[in-house]
Amino acid sequence: MIAVIDYKAGNLTSVIKALRAVEAHPQVTEDPEVVRRASKIVLPGVGHFSGTAFLEQHGLKQAIAERVAEGVPLLGICVGLQWLYQGSTEAPDAPGFGFFPAMCSRFEGGGKVPHVGWNAIAVKEGSRLLASVPDGSFVYFTHSFRAPVTAETVGTTEYGGAFTAAAERDHVMGVQFHPEKSGVTGLRILRNFVEIPC
Amino acid sequence: MLTRRVIACLDVKDGRVVKGVQFVDLVDAGDPAELAARHALAGADEIVLLDITATHEGRGTLIETVRRTARRLFIPFTVGGGIRTLDDATAVFDAGADKVSVNSAALTRPELIDEIGSRFGAQAVIVAIDARRGDKSPEEAEVFVAGGRKPTGRNAVEWAREAEQRGAGEILLTSMDSDGMRNGFDCALTAAVSQAVQIPVIASGGAGSAAHFSQVFLEGKADAALAASIFHFGIADARALKEEVARADVPMRLPC
Repeated sequence: MIAVIDYKAGNLTSVIKALRAVEAHPQVTEDPEVVRRASKIVLPGVGHFSGTAFLEQHGLKQAIAERVAEGVPLLGICVGLQWLYQGSTEAPDAPGFGFFPAMCSRFEGGGKVPHVGWNAIAVKEGSRLLASVPDGSFVYFTHSFRAPVTAETVGTTEYGGAFTAAAERDHVMGVQFHPEKSGVTGLRILRNFVEIPC
Repeated sequence: MLTRRVIACLDVKDGRVVKGVQFVDLVDAGDPAELAARHALAGADEIVLLDITATHEGRGTLIETVRRTARRLFIPFTVGGGIRTLDDATAVFDAGADKVSVNSAALTRPELIDEIGSRFGAQAVIVAIDARRGDKSPEEAEVFVAGGRKPTGRNAVEWAREAEQRGAGEILLTSMDSDGMRNGFDCALTAAVSQAVQIPVIASGGAGSAAHFSQVFLEGKADAALAASIFHFGIADARALKEEVARADVPMRLPC
């Protein structure tokens, strides 16, 4: 069972529909006990970085951290990716999970913010999440904050400089774009996550 | 590089896609779910479904049509028409929309933009502006509501700015002068609004050829452009259109 965390900000319908389309069995939950039984966890994402407060208050953050420590694969989407880092300038007082050592920050200079639309990802070889995704594939973004490029970056996108479109270390993974809205490329990426052995 | 978006719009009345000229004289163009899937396959970057008579007739958006259309779509899907309250918006999101487009109700009660934005995120709120300027300058364009039936006395550029401040994620700007004429988008109006706000502007009204898209991206500074009839009557499919636009040095999502 894949637990899809409902943190009461934004809408999960599209994520659930896309996971079902790749033959997964998602269960929407805000219950830490369900997370503790999950074989995989998806942290979907729209909304504000301060949504981490909800995770904390409901014991979800601890349950997710426990499961990740036990080797359960985790996929963060959009703000869910940003939560994998130490934090974000969007909500300096709300710490992220800290799986990846960096801070997220707002786009600066040049283009319009938010960054909305289809942009290309440069794919790093050897990524499990982006397996079989051709270099330069287009995916759909909509966000104002982004993670810098670090050792965990497996997909890089350019918008006023390079930022992390996809990150992965062992079984902790995340995408800044919306795979559930990125056509066949997005479904490929969700399928890759679903097919990772538990 | 961030590509410019080509958006296929489905104007829906009584559960069927229709297309009019300058908002009237409607003809049947097909089933929304079928057309949306076909456009997505052909390379459209997004789908917008507008229930064009919802506000006028005072009924809610066609939730079942939305649900059926969303079922087969894995690209961004916006729904507009008759969304007057946060509850209306919630029902549309629950049925599978990714964004809602608000128009008349936001002019009557601008707080609606803030409410939907704070619940579902700014990226989920598009403010649709129907503007008419006749022979006047773009800066003097006036906002109309209720499917283009009622003038408001509001200035289009000013209203776009207010919508942005209230947390709209995008502006969908329709030129009523150009709508359905297939003579090209109103590039001057689009540029005036696009340069007045930081958020993306979607140009609408007047698409008749691929060259019109290139013009509104280059001269009109549009982040996205939307058309309906151009796709429905075999003038072009999205892929052919995008290939031609790309030849004018506009970044497009290709291959589709």
